Amino acid sequence: MEWYLPVIWAGLIGTAVMLYVVLDGFDLGIAILFPTTKDEGERDQMMNSVAPFWDGNETWLVLGGAGLWVAFPYAYAIIMPAFYIPVILMLLSLIFRGVAFEFRWVAKPHHRIWDLAFWAGSTVAAFAQGLILGGLIQGVTVVDKQFAGGPFDWLTPFTLMCGVGVVIGYATLGATWLVYKTEGPVAERARRQARTLLLGLLAFAVLVSLWTPYAHPRIAERWFTPSNLMLLWPFPLLTALCGTMAWKRLNGAHEFTPFALTVAIFLLCFLGLAISNYPYLVPPGLTIWDTAAAPASHVFVLIGVTFLLPMILFYTAFVYWTFRGKVKADAGYH
Amino acid sequence: MEIDAFLLSRIQFAFTISFHIVFPAFTIGLSAYIATLLGLWLKTGDRKFHLLARFWTKIFAVSFAMGVVSGIVLSYQIGTNWSRFSVAVGNVVGPLLGYEVLTAFFLEASFLGVMLFGWKRVPPWLHFLSAAIVAGGTALSGFWILSANSWMQYPVGHEVRDGIAYPVDWLKIVFNPTFPLRFAHMMTAAYLTTAFVVLATGARHLLAGHRTESAKTMVRMAVLMIALTAPLQAVIGDFHGKQTAIYQPAKLAAIEAHWDSSKPGALVLFAWPDEKAELNRFEVSIPGVASLLTHGSMDALFPSLKDFKVEDRPPVLIPFFAFRAMVGIGTLMIIFGWVGAWLWKRGTVFEARRWLWLAQYSWPAGFIAILSGWFVTEVGRQPWLATGVLRSKDAVSPVTTIEVAISLALFVFVYCVVFTAGILLINRLIDKGPDEISHEDPPEQPSRRPLKAAQAPASAIFGDGHPGDDKIQPAS
Repeated sequence: MEWYLPVIWAGLIGTAVMLYVVLDGFDLGIAILFPTTKDEGERDQMMNSVAPFWDGNETWLVLGGAGLWVAFPYAYAIIMPAFYIPVILMLLSLIFRGVAFEFRWVAKPHHRIWDLAFWAGSTVAAFAQGLILGGLIQGVTVVDKQFAGGPFDWLTPFTLMCGVGVVIGYATLGATWLVYKTEGPVAERARRQARTLLLGLLAFAVLVSLWTPYAHPRIAERWFTPSNLMLLWPFPLLTALCGTMAWKRLNGAHEFTPFALTVAIFLLCFLGLAISNYPYLVPPGLTIWDTAAAPASHVFVLIGVTFLLPMILFYTAFVYWTFRGKVKADAGYH
Repeated sequence: MEIDAFLLSRIQFAFTISFHIVFPAFTIGLSAYIATLLGLWLKTGDRKFHLLARFWTKIFAVSFAMGVVSGIVLSYQIGTNWSRFSVAVGNVVGPLLGYEVLTAFFLEASFLGVMLFGWKRVPPWLHFLSAAIVAGGTALSGFWILSANSWMQYPVGHEVRDGIAYPVDWLKIVFNPTFPLRFAHMMTAAYLTTAFVVLATGARHLLAGHRTESAKTMVRMAVLMIALTAPLQAVIGDFHGKQTAIYQPAKLAAIEAHWDSSKPGALVLFAWPDEKAELNRFEVSIPGVASLLTHGSMDALFPSLKDFKVEDRPPVLIPFFAFRAMVGIGTLMIIFGWVGAWLWKRGTVFEARRWLWLAQYSWPAGFIAILSGWFVTEVGRQPWLATGVLRSKDAVSPVTTIEVAISLALFVFVYCVVFTAGILLINRLIDKGPDEISHEDPPEQPSRRPLKAAQAPASAIFGDGHPGDDKIQPAS
């Protein structure tokens, strides 16, 4: 039990983070693409395509934070101070983009400033998430189960690249979401953008796949030990396959499949990172067992999760189903 | 006092949580009000209830967004600034917040989408249900957060090994002794606060000459709510105070500025408590009344501040003055509500210009009372973060002073900009009022279109239909 509980919790938090990345990824992504049109109606349409969902999407971020605290308090207590500046940057950015969803409409016709807040907030939040991801992969200085590094340890070429990578990745999700949910000029432009962004996303995936094993022997060993390689070779192959298919579908007239395939690419990359780092939660030193909460705490919340998580997934699906279909170009008020 | 990461982290947490609490308190009350309006509309088919529900939903959308974004900050700040707290009590407090996310946050956030955009997408009963679920979700969120806070005030059901708290009895932890009354006090405060905002809005429109049925309905519903809940709140508060005497005597001594346990506690109406000299300057007090209120007898003796070691005493000034502000406002609320009810009974409430004039400026009353109350309870808990388990100074993260100084400056700047804008925008919505909005629906005027959340029905955004809420009728 003491061995399994942290594994189960790592799986749960991994799922929550993955859901967050995909769900908030596309709504951050459409905001990253906001400056690519000046037309107010088109911006309205872009924002409307995510408006009923963004709040629920962002709740997965709260679950990620709270879940990490619940299940791995030591990891939470190390990661948050270690990434103090990027975390605060992310929170402040999320404030701007979150309120912009409502303020923009009330402030009209003086809404330009909130358009800017929406774009800048979302872009910086995505970039900061990339910094945190990169910083975690490259490792955190820990002494005595406490953060013992400096305030700028997270600032390296690798983390900056991860920041850019996440911005591009979210923008790809956003563009393919627009292909799926909108029509007219917005969808056409999104399709063109999605092609370029997809190439960027794949380039980033390749770069990380080469950089991390080169820089960290433990990751190289994980992937290139012959016995492991036998099991793991489908990951890069599947990713390449999804990328090729998404490219072809974007050049055709498909509307939903490019988004679905981009999600699949994200999923594969995420699993790849998890494989690289398992069982470390705070690389290079602390595993999921080193940082776990008391078993009694794990069990107490796990009971709730068993009942509540299916319910959450069910009513999340219900909300997406309620607002199914295309967001009209004229949106009923022109 | 030394300026270090600890002090700045305390200021930052106090600042961000004080800003945050205003919005959940308001949205807990407002979501319940909107659900009530939608329920009344379903039952009676009276159009004014629908207009009011649409109107308040727009204000709700803006307030809720501000509550969400300022709330995310808090769930991360516990780690960024109070990492040793997360480890020391994480096994106990963490799961309570975990349950808050699982039971409440997802419920609110998901059904909010239906509540804001579902006016024509879903049948009226389902829309009402969504609003009711959002209201229930916000209250449930309050349940867990107050359970966690109350445990920190008076921890039970755990054991401490090597400085870390481990859960022993979850039922005792969740329903810890100070929780039920604190929860009741906070929920009542939220409903009361919202009632004052509704009252102020109705009064403002009546005074501006918009003598519409919706403005009158707002005033009537708010007066009824205030006349009932303001005295109820006083009773709950009284019980809560008596409980503080049992579980947190040091906090009570600070609230009463009680320095000498050889005498019964006096009700200090005014004083300047001097913590260095350990006495009250300029004191105006009524002997024995504090003992009567907290222990049921004029002669009862109870521990004074001097009975606690200096390092175990809470600061006195903030709990002392904040408590008086809270009780003062509460008393005025009762009087104001009863006068309103009396005017209503006489049938002159809509003509009572002086009362309405006061009413239109009464909207901050609840917010100030709530903030005062939280300052009493949180500062009164010091020097502990979790009483007897962990001191605040031992909970701070290993971050540098300069990092916290910069983040604090950024928080102050961003919150002032964003929340000032938010309050101005809400004010703009309130100015327009429920009735004007209903005539403003024509689709040709996008620039005059107010908040899309309530304004454009989802069907208008997503196709298959055209706006015009006049056509919406409840299913009979």
